[in-house]
Amino acid sequence: MEITTHSLWTLIHGMGFGALYLLAGSLALFTVYQRLQPAPLGLSSLENNRFLGAYLSLMTALAWLAVLSGTYIIYPWYRFPAPLGTANLQPYPRALLLAHPATSAWHSVGMEWKEHVAWLVPIAITATAFVVLRYGRELSRHPQLRTVLLVFVSSSLIAAGIAAFFGAMLDKNAPVDGGQTIHIAGGERQ
Amino acid sequence: MTLPKELIQQDPPLHPNGPAAAAILAAGIGSISLAIITIAADQSAGLKTLLTFYKPTGPLSGVTTTALGVWVLTWLILDRLWHRRELPLRKINIASIALLFLSFLGTFPPIGDLF
Repeated sequence: MEITTHSLWTLIHGMGFGALYLLAGSLALFTVYQRLQPAPLGLSSLENNRFLGAYLSLMTALAWLAVLSGTYIIYPWYRFPAPLGTANLQPYPRALLLAHPATSAWHSVGMEWKEHVAWLVPIAITATAFVVLRYGRELSRHPQLRTVLLVFVSSSLIAAGIAAFFGAMLDKNAPVDGGQTIHIAGGERQ
Repeated sequence: MTLPKELIQQDPPLHPNGPAAAAILAAGIGSISLAIITIAADQSAGLKTLLTFYKPTGPLSGVTTTALGVWVLTWLILDRLWHRRELPLRKINIASIALLFLSFLGTFPPIGDLF
């Protein structure tokens, strides 16, 4: 059982940061809605709001790690140009996709949207975390803030979902692979 | 029977909503600036070269770094201006949500290519 360093980074970016963000997002949406109910119906105790602040801070860290690792570690491998006359385009995912009319839109629409829309995620969730940490329990008395925070968390989830969908489809059609091979475990001889 | 005043638990006064408004509007402005710079870089080869801050990543490095710069700078300026003010949040929320929505559309290549 082996994995290349490029594949490992793709896993860390997609499954580690991206998928974890999406998983955390649904709970965040529910928690923002529930915890910030207008007083006195809400459950906005000090502990609850501390939990929400810490939870959103963790999501913010995940969002930044996902976009930074995607943009500065994986994307350069993806877009590395193939030398002129290369017959085997497998190690050059962007060139491989663009070489076939059936797959070119995965780059021209999928990757082009993913690489930009993903950056809306950290912007929206950082603003949300800041407001929750700054206002704490007071948020239950600011109904208009609660509404906009729900929209921000939802938007960040939609943007992360778009990025995750295209990330998965791009990896399926033209996987980012290469680098050193890491040996994980040996198999049994048949 | 009425309780003495000191025994009645009262909600503390609210902090001004200015810092929240600054964070929310700055996020909207940062998002739309990302879409605008993306479209502009797509149209101009010169801008594309100018925005290549880190060669392996290409123009994406400059597009995102510039948009983040606009976002952070806007946030700092608005926070400084509004940190003690109470603002009409409804208008700011609508503007921010609209900007965020337009950013989704602006970064979508078939729409961005129309400009």
